[in-house]
Amino acid sequence: MPAKFMTAKEAIALIPNGASMMVGGFGLSGQPMTLIDALLESDVCDLTVISNNVGQQGQGLGKLLLKDRLRKAIGTYFTSNPDVLRYQREGKLEVQLLPQGTFSEAIRLGGSGIAAFYTPTGAGTLLAEGKETKLFDGREYVLERSLRADIALIKAYKADRYGNLIYYKTARNFNPLMAMAADLTIAEVDEVVEIGELDPEKIVTPHLFVDVVVCREVSV
Amino acid sequence: MINVRHYIAWRAAQELQEGDIVNLGIGIPVLVADYIPADRKLFLQSENGILGVGPTPPADQVDMDLINASKLPVSELPGASFFDSAMAFAMMRGGHVDKTVIGGLQVSQTGDIANWAIPGKDVLGVGGAMDLIVGARTVIVATTHLDPQGQPKVVKECTYPLTAKGEVDILVTEYAVFTFTNGQMILREAVDELTLEQLKEITPAEYRLAPDFKFVSRPVSLEQRGA
Repeated sequence: MPAKFMTAKEAIALIPNGASMMVGGFGLSGQPMTLIDALLESDVCDLTVISNNVGQQGQGLGKLLLKDRLRKAIGTYFTSNPDVLRYQREGKLEVQLLPQGTFSEAIRLGGSGIAAFYTPTGAGTLLAEGKETKLFDGREYVLERSLRADIALIKAYKADRYGNLIYYKTARNFNPLMAMAADLTIAEVDEVVEIGELDPEKIVTPHLFVDVVVCREVSV
Repeated sequence: MINVRHYIAWRAAQELQEGDIVNLGIGIPVLVADYIPADRKLFLQSENGILGVGPTPPADQVDMDLINASKLPVSELPGASFFDSAMAFAMMRGGHVDKTVIGGLQVSQTGDIANWAIPGKDVLGVGGAMDLIVGARTVIVATTHLDPQGQPKVVKECTYPLTAKGEVDILVTEYAVFTFTNGQMILREAVDELTLEQLKEITPAEYRLAPDFKFVSRPVSLEQRGA
């Protein structure tokens, strides 16, 4: 089914309290800022976010943290937001750390119907403690679970009216992966074009992965 | 005075060859880009989804959706490509990246590396270091020989949490270059400002001298660079 077009407020109303929620972006690049701002204005809380970082201090997802909307964060690099450390110490945020390649692959496979995978990354380190390992061809691999979520909030550059998406430079990062791995994918875009205007060779996320499109500038 | 960080970066850059696909870590490795010989064409890859990273753009052309792993603005060179994070790490883990230059907190005599966590301190970030070190075909660690407290970083066994086991191929410090073959650490070169005995005093790791070991002079042209 083609994606539905909504305002940010309408889209955010689809998110229940306690949801697990993937959020795209490497730092602030490729973060869906309009959707995050709409979330701030709602009263959705108790969220588990799956995102590379928790934004930056007071920016992007960092704003949701400061409004006590987050219960848990799963990601790879929280060092760049000192609030995450403070919240964790105060017992207000649970944090789960994964190597970034494991994190991105777990999302890709979560969206691909694969439950778990073996990676050499992290073998023999703290991040493999308590995880099953196995030797393949004499090398140690760690068994990692794939990741899925109730909701994905992603940022793309353009959508067509079906919800096919293209991205912009390094703002692509985790967005196409997260689009695949959630029960409900909400894409924030800068621009909406007519069907046929996006070159089929260049579409990165086919519309079947996208449930809702929110245009940043003009609400459709 | 030779600027130590710039000497390390310059020396590490000499290990990069024409045509190499290279990923540069944060810290001293970022400086390596400045010392790649002009006649040597390399392809820089970054974990956030670009192959063909170009130099820092002028202020009026900065685009914060065109950044590197340190979240600093970069440019794209002709022939560059963009891709998602899973593909960026498939490139690393899959052995498609020829070389990485990364920083280190400790390197052991068996090629173990610790560079993401310090015992007793909160650990809230690992990023792409583990994948990069496990996956890149050649791992070049570029780091100072001693930590800021004057403790050796080139040790028998890492006491800090490991990033990866036995993955280091080349270690470049301001005093020496070591390589690792079959779990053995080999001293390839040392700067002529200290004796082998003096080097040994600040290097608890056990290593052998390469048959072609040589003393080198640090280039005077690096004086005061980046000071």
